[in-house]
Amino acid sequence: MYLYLLKRLGMTIMVILIVMVFLGLLVQIVPGDPVVTLLGPRATPDLIASVRSQMDLDKPIYVQVARFIWNALHGNLGNDFWTGRSISQSIAEVLGHTVILSLTSLGLAVLLGVPLGVFSATHPNSWLDRFLAVVSISFITIPSYVAALLLLLLFSVHFHVFPAIGLGKVGDTGDYLRHLVLPSIALAITWVGYLARLVRTSLLEVLNTNYIRAAKSFGLRERIVFYKWALKNALIPTVTVLGVGLGSMMGGAMFVEVIFARPGMGTLIYNAINDRNYPTVRAGVLVVALLFILANLLADFINSWLDPRIQLTKSQG
Amino acid sequence: MEYVVKPTNRLTRFLDRIPVLGEILHRPLGVLGFTIVLLFVVVTIFAPLIAPYKDTKQDFSAIFQPASQNHLLGTDNLGRDLFSRIVYGSRIEMAAALPSVTIGLSIGLLLGLLAGYLGGWIDNVIVVLLDSIQAFPSLVLALAILAVLGPSLTNVIIVIGFALIPGYARVTRSQVKSVKNNDYIQAEYNLGASTGRIIVMHILPNIIAPLVILVSMDLPVVITFEAGLSFLGLGVRPPSPSWGVILSDGFKYIFNSPWPVMSAAFALILVTLGFTLFGETLRDVLDPRLSGTEGS
Repeated sequence: MYLYLLKRLGMTIMVILIVMVFLGLLVQIVPGDPVVTLLGPRATPDLIASVRSQMDLDKPIYVQVARFIWNALHGNLGNDFWTGRSISQSIAEVLGHTVILSLTSLGLAVLLGVPLGVFSATHPNSWLDRFLAVVSISFITIPSYVAALLLLLLFSVHFHVFPAIGLGKVGDTGDYLRHLVLPSIALAITWVGYLARLVRTSLLEVLNTNYIRAAKSFGLRERIVFYKWALKNALIPTVTVLGVGLGSMMGGAMFVEVIFARPGMGTLIYNAINDRNYPTVRAGVLVVALLFILANLLADFINSWLDPRIQLTKSQG
Repeated sequence: MEYVVKPTNRLTRFLDRIPVLGEILHRPLGVLGFTIVLLFVVVTIFAPLIAPYKDTKQDFSAIFQPASQNHLLGTDNLGRDLFSRIVYGSRIEMAAALPSVTIGLSIGLLLGLLAGYLGGWIDNVIVVLLDSIQAFPSLVLALAILAVLGPSLTNVIIVIGFALIPGYARVTRSQVKSVKNNDYIQAEYNLGASTGRIIVMHILPNIIAPLVILVSMDLPVVITFEAGLSFLGLGVRPPSPSWGVILSDGFKYIFNSPWPVMSAAFALILVTLGFTLFGETLRDVLDPRLSGTEGS
């Protein structure tokens, strides 16, 4: 058990290091000279030279990468290229909004997806089950930006039910929540369909196992068997997927944030890309990747705690 | 998962199933998926014949028109016919999807074969590399690379192809691992067969089915990915009629007319749904054991 966790942790640290090296090298693949690309053709040689040393680009590549990693490990992600502000600070300001959005969407997906899956599994092959199967597939295939645009069109532009953009008035919780409704639905839709299918499959699998049949044949009440053993075991794969889901929502949040003009990691990276603000892009991507990695790690730990068999199958790879 | 192998006739059994289509068309969802995919392919091939206008033809006397007889899906902010733009746009979606899946498949297959067949430290190195690629949410990875490379169709293809590599590599690797220790492969090795012969004659036939399934599942993913990147302005650039570009133009004028957003959204949903239904039916037909195990 501990060996598995230790191995998993070591693997994670290695992956984080590789991610950092990759991001440290990212500026190197800018076609031509990154500083010239950044400043435009009319920059004076003096300015170019000073920016180059400011971005460490005048030093050997390994020094650049090592400095980037060293600073990042100390919480210093560098300064915004245009405004000179500390990037860590800009990120700290908006990170919460992205996390709230992702968690709300995840909660929504669980609240809708799990009951749908349970219903399908307890009524297998009924017409409603077949109908839900088609609905789930449709939900899975709708990209978040399409969902966001359609929701915006329907509820903000056409019916004026929900506000279209922004976070709402500062300090007004109700307003904040109203601004959260459409973005979180848009982000959740795919996962509602996905969870419904996943829960259906794994619940059907568990209901067919011998231990559930044995419990039933002992005469235990159906309801107890169902909730105490069947559902609990069936939800294990769901927990793993939720970790992945949380991570991928942080990435997918970009579309939703851009469409609804919500401050967050997505808009931060998006704006930085449009400004060719490479240091901010790099820092933003690093933070999102770290959150993604940690969410996956957390899911794996919870999972191996829920189901001790997992480490065996994993180590066989 | 234990892989039961019938050595000699795996490939022939696979080829026997080339009337796979027959089996797909036995299922209602398969019929639906196949019809949509076929429609999409026909539209991409015959786009100039189907579209009533050129995709870039502007008509300033007819901007923001709703759907009508002249303009099946209405017109956009420059008076361009949306139906024609969607039709031409299908070619861009195809031009993005096929090459990037080919890149992902070929590099992934190669890495998977190396890792699975050779094992040892090469295997470990490749697995860590794959883990690192997958450690990024693929959208963010694509953004990071496109941010520095700059937007273009070629760059989008490279980036998406790169993001697809781990999926193919993993499937290949695990299949190779489960197959290679079989007695018949040991026997072949003892008879003096070359590594190349063993891989081509015995290992590849075993991994074709899962790879075909993965390809059919990845095509819609790639299409939404491309459209998403183009929507953000990081993919194909306007005035090219990528569905993502139509969406982003429509988004700018969302208060003027709902038609641009609705038509591109409809096209995207229809095509991804079609490909997904087709892919899922294909999976059920080719490899019933795989169905329902996804996502874990």
